[in-house]
Amino acid sequence: MSISIQSIHKTFGSYKALDDISLEVPNGSLTALLGPSGSGKTTLLRIVAGLEFADSGSGKILFHGENVVNVPAGKRQVGFVFQNYALFRHMTVAQNIAFGLTVLPRNLKPTAKAIRERVQELLHLVRLDGLDLRRPDELSGGQRQRVALARALAIRPKVLLLDEPFGALDAQVRKDLRRWLRVFHDEIGLTTLFVTHDQEEALELADQVVVMRNARIEQVGPPQQIYDKPRTPFVYEFLGNVNKLANPNGPAQYVRPHEIEVKFAAEFDPSLDRLAVVQHLFSAGPVAALSVRLDDGQFLEVEITRKQLDELALSEGDSVALGLPPTDRE
Amino acid sequence: MSHPDVTTESKPVRLLLIAGAGLIMAGLLLLPLLAVFIEALRKGWEVFFVSLRDEAALSAVTLTLTAAAISVPLNTLFGVAAAWAVTKFRFKGRALLVSLIDLPFAVSPVIAGLVWVLMFGSHGWFGQWLLASDIKIIFALPGIIIATMFVTFPFVARELIPLMESQGSDQEEAAITLGAGGWQIFRRVTLPNIKWGLLYGVLLCNARAMGEFGAVSVVSGHIRGETNTLPLHVEVLYNEYQFSAAFACATLLALLALVTLGVKSAIEHFTDHSRSVL
Repeated sequence: MSISIQSIHKTFGSYKALDDISLEVPNGSLTALLGPSGSGKTTLLRIVAGLEFADSGSGKILFHGENVVNVPAGKRQVGFVFQNYALFRHMTVAQNIAFGLTVLPRNLKPTAKAIRERVQELLHLVRLDGLDLRRPDELSGGQRQRVALARALAIRPKVLLLDEPFGALDAQVRKDLRRWLRVFHDEIGLTTLFVTHDQEEALELADQVVVMRNARIEQVGPPQQIYDKPRTPFVYEFLGNVNKLANPNGPAQYVRPHEIEVKFAAEFDPSLDRLAVVQHLFSAGPVAALSVRLDDGQFLEVEITRKQLDELALSEGDSVALGLPPTDRE
Repeated sequence: MSHPDVTTESKPVRLLLIAGAGLIMAGLLLLPLLAVFIEALRKGWEVFFVSLRDEAALSAVTLTLTAAAISVPLNTLFGVAAAWAVTKFRFKGRALLVSLIDLPFAVSPVIAGLVWVLMFGSHGWFGQWLLASDIKIIFALPGIIIATMFVTFPFVARELIPLMESQGSDQEEAAITLGAGGWQIFRRVTLPNIKWGLLYGVLLCNARAMGEFGAVSVVSGHIRGETNTLPLHVEVLYNEYQFSAAFACATLLALLALVTLGVKSAIEHFTDHSRSVL
């Protein structure tokens, strides 16, 4: 089911949380809302879920063409996974997952047997077989997250919304779960919208990345395009790992560390290259990072492979020639 | 703390402090409690039981239980409602409401009683109207209940507000997205999460409702065998120099306090235990 967000505004008192937001989330896609804290991404997610209301008179939210702005959260059939999972602490894992089915009105409620079967099916789907009787405080962070996911899926939602799904996990679990979620999404094919402030997460996981800043959308596109063709300086800087080169004759130039070519100082071509001195060398890992100082005093971060480093036989204090990418890029 | 030496005083200082604290505990808390029981039994068990079986004493016990049985459930209801409103919603006047809940704690119980006399007494605002309608509030059960409710209003809400504040609304919101209605959310999500705090608040509310003296004293009128609650009855007996009888009735209140303390520590033990599994 596709989601179409059309000119949504949201203000809290005098604070503008969302300023004329329009966005298309294609059916079956995995879309990331990426931005720093305070950019409005979580507010947008909560408005889609119906946990928050857009300013009256502003815009529409369409689920598969149907306006749901006036549909209460409980009737939107939205699976929502909270940042801290919000599991019901006093219930077992099975009771948590079954909750959405047990609160259905009597005429729609499945039989106890059907609910038990559905719970088993979901436990299997999120790889938590056999943990039905545990309580949330007896689970690891990653397990809790998957219980929250199973609970959200139990009501057969039309769309899945995840608020900082990996925010509360440590680095290793986060990486594993990220891959797992990608595969999982491809298996169930549910239109998914998730919020993150981690650009790596957004780029690795999503089909479509929406970069937000100060209540507005800065850029929307596939991860590759966002990374390669950032439209604004903010997107460039927010995606991280970028050098900003001040240019006295024009706008600043943005260069990613791996886009810079490092050559022997003897190969210096004054019309294309810049001269620099290696200040620091970090070579632990597959990629060597150099910190160099340009002839005008600016510092740059440069990444080259270990092989290149060996060929250049660089050490701190050496002079090098740097081939920068052309400046006419967008 | 692997080096306890760093944070503790020398042995003599420690002993002195412990002895001082123990002495104060014994003198201020244990001795009076002991005195109540000793005085009550000074003239033997027979006098003790006779004083309790006295008609006026039985009527005082009944009145106290009746007043508590009506005011505690109502205050539980109001307390839960107030805590729910204050913690789950943001609205204009919320801060004012929170302060208002605390008002009975800030007001002297005598004033709390006097207010109702000024309102419902025969010379009060509604006095003439009540007289004409033949409704008796002051110097009768309704007055005692109203005064008790006023004084004990904050207990349940005060206990629940910080608890519900710290729990946030995440679980309720999760329940909303899963399609639960308001009552389902309260019964299946909110209530189980606050049940120990609620019980604790109800317990304190009850202890105070049964033990309240000041406000009730003003509105009751001290009609022996009719509008005397247990604490008032104790005072009446004492003023009549019936010391043994007074202390016999006081043992009932002391026992209530002990039971309250026992249940309270049981609850604390239980909740601490359940929290440690987190």
